[in-house]
Amino acid sequence: MPIDVYLNVAVAGILTGLVYGLMALGLSVIFGVVRVVNFAHGEMMSIAMYLTVLLFSGLHLDPLVMLVPIAAVLFVFGYALQAGLINPFISRPEHSQFLLLVALALIIVNALLILFGPDARTVQTSYAFDSFQWGALIVDATKLYAGAAAIIAAALLFAFFRFAPVGKAIRACADNYTGALVVGLDVKRLYALTFGIGAACVGAAGVMMTLIVDVTPMIGPAYTLLAFVIVITGGLGSMAGALLGGLLIGVTEALAGLLFTPSAKSMFAFAILVLVLLFRPQGILGKRSI
Amino acid sequence: MAAKTSASFVDPFIRIAVSLFEDVSRQTIALLGILLASLLIVPWLVNDYLLTVLIVVLYFAFTGQAWNIMMGFAGQLSLGHAIYVGLGAYIAAVLFARFGIAPWIGFLAVIPVAAACGATIGFLAFRFRVAGVYFAILTIAFAEFARIGFDHLDYVNASAGLFLPVAQYARNDLWHLRGNPTMFYYVILAAAAFAFVVCRALLKSRIGYFWLAIREDEQAARAAGIDTFRYKMAAVMISAVITSFAGVFYAFFYNNLFPEQVFNISRSIEIILGPIIGGIGTLFGPILGAFVLTGLAELLNAAMAAIGFDLPGAKQVFYGICLLLVVVALPEGVWPWLARRIGVSESRQ
Repeated sequence: MPIDVYLNVAVAGILTGLVYGLMALGLSVIFGVVRVVNFAHGEMMSIAMYLTVLLFSGLHLDPLVMLVPIAAVLFVFGYALQAGLINPFISRPEHSQFLLLVALALIIVNALLILFGPDARTVQTSYAFDSFQWGALIVDATKLYAGAAAIIAAALLFAFFRFAPVGKAIRACADNYTGALVVGLDVKRLYALTFGIGAACVGAAGVMMTLIVDVTPMIGPAYTLLAFVIVITGGLGSMAGALLGGLLIGVTEALAGLLFTPSAKSMFAFAILVLVLLFRPQGILGKRSI
Repeated sequence: MAAKTSASFVDPFIRIAVSLFEDVSRQTIALLGILLASLLIVPWLVNDYLLTVLIVVLYFAFTGQAWNIMMGFAGQLSLGHAIYVGLGAYIAAVLFARFGIAPWIGFLAVIPVAAACGATIGFLAFRFRVAGVYFAILTIAFAEFARIGFDHLDYVNASAGLFLPVAQYARNDLWHLRGNPTMFYYVILAAAAFAFVVCRALLKSRIGYFWLAIREDEQAARAAGIDTFRYKMAAVMISAVITSFAGVFYAFFYNNLFPEQVFNISRSIEIILGPIIGGIGTLFGPILGAFVLTGLAELLNAAMAAIGFDLPGAKQVFYGICLLLVVVALPEGVWPWLARRIGVSESRQ
């Protein structure tokens, strides 16, 4: 195969990987602060994907326009979830939290199944088949938009945690729970905010994912797993790590799909995960904290 | 001379059997007796449908007990137990379908493979200090790896699935595990009872106390001179081998195997729901959890059929809501709560 095929596939993998990265960023933020592993992460993404499909087919709203509103809806969902359901669980053992979120995931998957049926849904935008060409490099327009939007969303998030007072307060909760309580931070509310922000990330990623893949009610668990793989590869709790992990997994999957068979691509993602866990358990950019 | 050897050979077993139940309260023994007796006579009282439900219940009681060794006793959260079920199912099924080897002999081949698989995951995790959530994800990764691997393995018919020859058998063939549901019921009942006794014996032995120490505080356990690596490895391997028998049973009971189903993460989750709902770290928890969950699922089925409401997914939504309510209301699980109610003293060890 000529080299430019690999190049094209790798670039497509990078752009998909950016969306993966944004999805994983949501998981990483939630775990890094609230210390709860969101086992319903992929399922939350599929909610956003169905919202996109619904608004597109019903009102012909472009997914890229719906990015912010749908992220906002997911924020509210995440906030309510943490405030109402998960906050009492933060001091409970891991398996208890796990069960709570698995039950939630089960409810989401099957509620979507009831509402939308088992068939795959998709959005056919006017630019679905457009592409940009630079020399030998051909890039799908949808993937380019999705990747660019993911970068912008991630940059906003970085800025929020770096500069906004609330972002700093959330980081304080993550660094030292007791300390945050001592200086008078409303930790429960900040946790709810954090879960909301994580949900907004995965919501935005879901909107863009709709441009790239079809959505069925059953895709949730696979993306939950993928988000775990990415976050652990990059380093749980490290925001840059989540993005880097997304890129790495995106490119790996794309190249594995080209070189072997597409159905075996996630095997390579898991192989990377196992290698990372063995040789750098804290993840590529993670700090050793355990 | 011969008599003396046989007596001294049997002796330790009697002593173990007695010691297993010497510090158990009367109520508990009565409860156990009633449970076992009713389970033994139940095939004469129920129809085939209910019997199949009970087989599923006992199946999950068995796998839940096995999983509980790792999580409930030694504190290692495995979310990938489907890999051991899958390995047991595929190895026994291939040996039977291709070479006509009986499942009980096949299980002898499964044991070293399951133990080696558990040992690999355990070694990688414990040597490299992969713990907690990271360990859980590692176990998922291995199960997923196996799922996709078997999905592309032509020797076991890949994603097209492996089928065991099914024929109408004139009589039950226990040796080849071919027969009617009643036979399968007694097989899985024996397995579940065996797992219960093994878990009780493990819990009351040295290794059991080491596990509990590791679960409660690994640092402290190491400081007390416990070789934590060794005993965590033992927990994974014992749990893996016991779980793999469930795979052998699964293969011969259902007669068809698809990697997409057998190794699926939802199989792993099903295994662990029972003990978590029932009460993690207890002996009755996995059994009660299996009854509660399977019973709940079947009740929902019956209720939906009764009101003629047939919407795909509706049952699972209710199931999810019930799970949610239980975990919110009973953090320790159903059994510790129920045990206090009826005055039996088996809480979390």
